[in-house]
Amino acid sequence: MTTDPRDELVEHLGPLRAFALSLCRNGATADDLVQDALIKAWTNIDKFEPGSNMRAWLFTILRNTYYSLHRKRKREVEDVDGVYADTLAQKPDHDGRLAMRDFAVAFDQLNDEQREALVLVGAGGFSYEEAAETCGVAVGTIKSRVNRGRARLAELMAVDDPDDIELTDSVTAGIVSAQNVA
Amino acid sequence: MTRQTRKTEIEAEIDANLKRAFDNMANEPVPDRFTDLLNQLRTGNVQASSDKGEKHDD
Repeated sequence: MTTDPRDELVEHLGPLRAFALSLCRNGATADDLVQDALIKAWTNIDKFEPGSNMRAWLFTILRNTYYSLHRKRKREVEDVDGVYADTLAQKPDHDGRLAMRDFAVAFDQLNDEQREALVLVGAGGFSYEEAAETCGVAVGTIKSRVNRGRARLAELMAVDDPDDIELTDSVTAGIVSAQNVA
Repeated sequence: MTRQTRKTEIEAEIDANLKRAFDNMANEPVPDRFTDLLNQLRTGNVQASSDKGEKHDD
C-alpha cells in the first residue's frame, strides 16, 4: 500500500484557515483563499516532497495566493473585519495576564509583514528558517519582523507598567470603537 | 525587576497570546465546504470557485 499525501490535506484545514484569517482578517476571503490553496495543492501534489513539512508547503501556497490576489486588488479598500478581536472578544481573561481583547485589537493594527512573521513563528511553531522559506525572505528579515512586531504590540498595549495591563474603561471604549470602525 | 526581565516576560506573554488566538481559530469546526471540496477533488469533479456554471453528470 502506498500512502497518498493528498490524504493528509484534511489534517491541515484548521491551521490553514487560521493562517488565512491572520493574513486577510476577513472570514469570507479567508475561506476562499483556503479553497484556492486546496485546489492548487491537490493539482500540484507531485511538487510536494514526501516527508517534508506539509503544513509549511500549504502555508506557502496560501500565502502566494493571497499576495497575488492582494496585488490585483491593491486599489480596493480591504474589508477587514477584525477577526482576532471577534474570536477573542468572548474570552476575557481576568487572571492578570495581558487582556486578550487588548491584544487582539493591537494585533489587527500590525502591518502584514509583522503579523505574518509573528503568526508563523509565535503561533504556528515554525522555525525562523521555515518562516523565512515560506515568506521567501532571509532568516534575519524574519527575526527582525518578529522582534519589531512584538515591540509594536507591547507599545500598542502600553505595557510599560504591569499595573496598566488591567482593562480600564477608556481602553474598553477604545476597543468598542475600534470594532465598530472595522 | 529589571527592564530586561520585564521585556522577556512581555514577549513570552505575547507569544502565549498569539498561540492561544491561533489555536482558537485552528480548532474551530471546519466547514463542510472543505471536506466536500476534497471529496470532489478525489472524484475529479471540481470547478474553480469563480466558475459557477451548471454541472451535468452523465
